[in-house]
Amino acid sequence: MHERVEIRLSGSGGQGLILAGIILAEAAILDGKNAVQSQSYGPEARGGASRAEVIISNINIDYPKVSNPDVLLALTEEAMLKYKYDLQQKGLLIIDSGIEKPEDSYKILQVPILETAKNQVGKIIVANILALGVLTMATGIVSKESIEKAVLERVPKRTKELNKKALYEGFKLGKTQ
Amino acid sequence: MSKKIILMQGNEACVEGALAAGMRFFAGYPITPSTEIAEISAEKLPKLGGKFIQMEDEIASMGAIIGASLTGFKSMTATSGPGFSLKQENIGFACLAEIPCVVVNVQRGGPSTGLPTLPAQGDVMQTRWGTHGDHPIIVISPSSVREVYDMTIRAFNLSEKYRVPCILLMDEVVAHMREKVELPEQSSIDIINRKYLNPSMSVYKPYMDYDGDGIPPMMNFGDGLPYHVTGLIHDISGFPSTNADVSKDLLNRLMSKIYNNLDDILEYENIYTEDAETVIVSFGSTARSVHRAVYLLRQEGFKVGMLRLKTIWPFAHKAIKKLKQTPVRNLLVAEMNFGQLLETVKASAEGAFRTYGLNKYNGELITPQEVINKVREVAKHA
Repeated sequence: MHERVEIRLSGSGGQGLILAGIILAEAAILDGKNAVQSQSYGPEARGGASRAEVIISNINIDYPKVSNPDVLLALTEEAMLKYKYDLQQKGLLIIDSGIEKPEDSYKILQVPILETAKNQVGKIIVANILALGVLTMATGIVSKESIEKAVLERVPKRTKELNKKALYEGFKLGKTQ
Repeated sequence: MSKKIILMQGNEACVEGALAAGMRFFAGYPITPSTEIAEISAEKLPKLGGKFIQMEDEIASMGAIIGASLTGFKSMTATSGPGFSLKQENIGFACLAEIPCVVVNVQRGGPSTGLPTLPAQGDVMQTRWGTHGDHPIIVISPSSVREVYDMTIRAFNLSEKYRVPCILLMDEVVAHMREKVELPEQSSIDIINRKYLNPSMSVYKPYMDYDGDGIPPMMNFGDGLPYHVTGLIHDISGFPSTNADVSKDLLNRLMSKIYNNLDDILEYENIYTEDAETVIVSFGSTARSVHRAVYLLRQEGFKVGMLRLKTIWPFAHKAIKKLKQTPVRNLLVAEMNFGQLLETVKASAEGAFRTYGLNKYNGELITPQEVINKVREVAKHA
């Protein structure tokens, strides 16, 4: 693993990306690594472009912000356009199928995150967890076991099965690409 | 032995530290980016037999924690710049009446309501001179989530030990970031409680220096004898006085109880300063960017180091003085403001170094690259 891996999760406010960032950081800690999670938001509670950032490292993390993400996840086009500016040239862009694929040189993984959450899992609200499944399989930044444990420890008890299903659908989407 | 390793937010660590230190009263008026401190205190304090009150405003919040502290409860409030301004009058009261209390200020962009969700370090001078008159105060500033926990405990300990308000000066970055932490067992934490007087004594002079250390012992309001507490200059009985000697002696004691104990109060960290030509002075979240920059610059062979201030006020003049015995030629003060600490560092340097500011006030954390660029620029001047 690199000394420092930077991940930015972005979408629209209310899509649960900050929770996804927290869960990703917790999974990294379960893997025995260091993790820092931070977020950026405006005064509004819903809508707009929202982002959560996670840094994972085997050593101490000093600067706590993402400067050149290795991975950018975008669930909306607005978020992608706003936050892809500093993605590393060798980085990975994971976008929802509803977004028009940009003409950029970095690796792009386009998968139906929102549609699968809505139709296969049954609730679009779990798109954030499904996206974590995609990200885990596509990057291997955290282990499948740890991300599952971290998801189940964070989500409300009555939604555990639903979230688990979303995560597994995400694993499938991340693997087939 | 440590508790389990978890991901924790800075504001959450502040509450955990406060509870570990013995906080049993919190009064506040929630404000971004400090809100989680009130929120989590409201949830946790009642379970420990403590009290949480959401007050009508920040002025009342400060008054409430002063009152609660007088009755023997370790008390805290948390706010951000706009609320910190409102608390100043009562902070002065706590300084003069010598009421232990902890005030957390999570800095955001200012002035006025400024940038509510974005970081800044623009309250450095306000923590020192926000309230009027000559007064003692202690201000400490954490750089990591674990340090928020440790420093909140330390804020209570210093406040109780010296009967002085202690300000925990955080910033939005440290308050809102979540980080891997391993908290210590309660049994391994050093807790300092204020000196108590036996409430059964027949005569109590609330401001008498019984122990000769400048710190009068306290008696809980409501226990034993009644006594008088005022924001007026007072004699040892606690009643107002305009006597010149009483006034002079009181102010001298208030100052000396802090300035005679600097070795205990001042904390700072030196990284690679022994052979450095340029030392970057910093604190809070900015120090993390500086740390990264120092690491990267050292790999390129730059002789650069960092002085991280953990105690902001009183200012650690001895840390600057020690640098005078090293090869250091340049001091660079990195802070998210127009240069508030810079002026104090310059005064402390007394011309021994070329002193520069690295200042940012746009609501964004100073980046390691900006530090690196500034160090290169400074090196060219040399």
